[in-house]
Amino acid sequence: MTPNLNLWLIPVLPLAGAAINGLLGKRSSRTAVSTVGLVFSGAAFAWALVVALRVSSALLPHPEYVAHWIRSGSFSADFALYLDQLSLIMLLVVTGVGFLIHIYSVGYMWDDPSYYRFFAYLNLFMFFMLTLILANNYLVMFIGWEGVGLASYLLIGFWFTKDSAASAGKKAFIVNRIGDFGFLIALFLIIQHFGSLNFTQVFSQVQPLAPETASAGLLTAIGILLMVGACGKSAQIPLYVWLPDAMEGPTPVSALIHAATMVTAGVYMVSRSHMIFERAPMALMVVAVIGTLTALFAATIGITQTDIKKVLAYSTISQLGYMFLACGVGAFSAGIFHLMTHAFFKGLLFLAAGSVIHAVGGEQDMRKMGGLRAYIPVTFATMFIATLAITGIPPFAGFWSKDEILWQAYQTSWVYWLIGVITAFLTSFYMFRLLFMTFWGDYRSSQVDEHGRVHAAHGQDGHGHGEPHESPMVMLVPLMILAFLSIVGGLVGIGNRFEHFLAPVFASGAVSETAAETASSVTEYVLMGFSVAVAFLGLFFAYVLYVSRPHLPRKISDALNGFYTAVLNKYYVDEFYAKLFVKPLVDGSTSILWQGIDRRVIDDTVNNAADGARHVSDEVRHMQSGNLRSYAGWIAAGSAVVIAYMIWMGVR
Amino acid sequence: MVPLSYYLVLSGFLFACGVAGFLIKRNIITIFMSIELMLNGVNLSFVAFAAHWHVLAGQVFVFFVMVVAAAEAAVGLAIIIAVYRTRETLNVDQVNLLKL
Repeated sequence: MTPNLNLWLIPVLPLAGAAINGLLGKRSSRTAVSTVGLVFSGAAFAWALVVALRVSSALLPHPEYVAHWIRSGSFSADFALYLDQLSLIMLLVVTGVGFLIHIYSVGYMWDDPSYYRFFAYLNLFMFFMLTLILANNYLVMFIGWEGVGLASYLLIGFWFTKDSAASAGKKAFIVNRIGDFGFLIALFLIIQHFGSLNFTQVFSQVQPLAPETASAGLLTAIGILLMVGACGKSAQIPLYVWLPDAMEGPTPVSALIHAATMVTAGVYMVSRSHMIFERAPMALMVVAVIGTLTALFAATIGITQTDIKKVLAYSTISQLGYMFLACGVGAFSAGIFHLMTHAFFKGLLFLAAGSVIHAVGGEQDMRKMGGLRAYIPVTFATMFIATLAITGIPPFAGFWSKDEILWQAYQTSWVYWLIGVITAFLTSFYMFRLLFMTFWGDYRSSQVDEHGRVHAAHGQDGHGHGEPHESPMVMLVPLMILAFLSIVGGLVGIGNRFEHFLAPVFASGAVSETAAETASSVTEYVLMGFSVAVAFLGLFFAYVLYVSRPHLPRKISDALNGFYTAVLNKYYVDEFYAKLFVKPLVDGSTSILWQGIDRRVIDDTVNNAADGARHVSDEVRHMQSGNLRSYAGWIAAGSAVVIAYMIWMGVR
Repeated sequence: MVPLSYYLVLSGFLFACGVAGFLIKRNIITIFMSIELMLNGVNLSFVAFAAHWHVLAGQVFVFFVMVVAAAEAAVGLAIIIAVYRTRETLNVDQVNLLKL
């Protein structure tokens, strides 16, 4: 007997919070708004915990029917939810981290005039994200998928009076649309060939199919198109360009949406569709290659950035690349494991970065920070833990998950492993660079520009901030909780417990399970030692360059002048896209669609029709003179014509 | 027995007189009488056909027309009086605006 879990409550609670805050928040006090925002997101978390405690593995997967939606012939899609080990983990991560970030936002956003709007959007995001996770079929998932895109757009452009924020929001939305196009076509293919979008029904039809090893076929096409969707949402090459710009949004948003939860939706979706990917080796390879390249590519850009949030943004892209690499080599549980630990430490990194920005009065340029260790010790401690976690130093969370991914990648191909290790080195380097630039050395508030000259013009402090100051308790508590999770979060992976927990979801017996058993554990420990060594190497380089010999970085960048400039400008990808896609589109729209079709064809048709009507009526209105006898004349003439016609017809 | 065509010719002549009067005359009362003339021209052809085909329907129609014409005369005369009171003229050429 299955207990009634009332799963529908989990997404609906934040929706209620969003509705209350969105409709009534404007007139309510800040305290009321934060109470509503926290209570409803907290209730979702609480209910998710209740659900987690009440289900046992034997009960999973647990479908829940909510309402009926589309019935058309043999096709049907309902509002229905689906809980298995995979969605349970996502559920706890999203509601848990989401709730912590809600708490943090109370402190971070307190002075913002649109306080209520922020919480309404944040709760709305939670609703859509939870819908995405709990969906029982691809269509409900797609609603969530689009919904989080909307929430992301609203929150990136939260400070919409700032032009850069408004256009960053639009960029995120449009780039995501390109991915969604691929996702939609994949859904159409699934409907056409399997007649359903329900996960269980589709996968039961996919299961007996043979892997498309020899030639690419339907499953490969579906897989690659799903990956296009995932590339958009999860910011992978070639659609990653929106994520760095998305940092225009408030920092809690960057933490929640653009680091911990929404951007991992692509990984979740690919893992959810593992049945399809495992039978399409070529699609899997595409996933792995995109993941690997993105990881490396974004990490190199991360090295040169000076905006603290941009570094973290590229780091997020790079870590998402790891997750896709894991999915691509068939180690879906490793990908989800990294997703979870990443949610902890990257959420923490962003929140800590927000706390730093808060401390120095809105400054985001790391060159103008430094020495903050003494001023904001709690933020420093938590950020240090998060850095250790992301760089993969044991026993912090990132070590376990990243090592698992690298090990799985090595079993597929040493190339993936090598690039993964190089990326791990780069990750360690840029993360410690961030840490050293921010917290070590002297406080450089006396505005140093990029050539090292002291800038007098920027000297005045707009906010009247004297010394950097620690953030309020309401912001520090979430940091501490996340720091705790970043320390212990990886321990669930010891002895493959995490993998065994997820095993029922990913049990399909197509790839890689046999390989995992045969390889020797000695190799595993050697590789583990290697990746840890590489992490320490990154730390060492960062220490030399940014603490002990701070003049070295400029010499190196001067020596590598051309390459350095290219990396600093993010390989000119944005410019390239602007030339290749944006400009032709804008020009074509202006000259053909606007000037040509819209003005010459559509407008002119309407205008000419109106002009014609006016000209004709100008003539005809003279008939209506008001003179009774002329009316009578028209009537008589008209009847004469009718009679003549009838007589003529009769004669004929 | 007078042939049917005589009646029809007379009926047509009466109708034509009515139309001509309606178009030519300026006095609103005369125009009104021209309308009555047209109606009665039509009535004549109705009764002529009714007598010729021995069908009563034509005569019934004529009664209807007479009743409607009487009602119309009542309303029409009232309007004419109202027009005369406001404009102090019965010349239709000077009554060419809905509003004064």
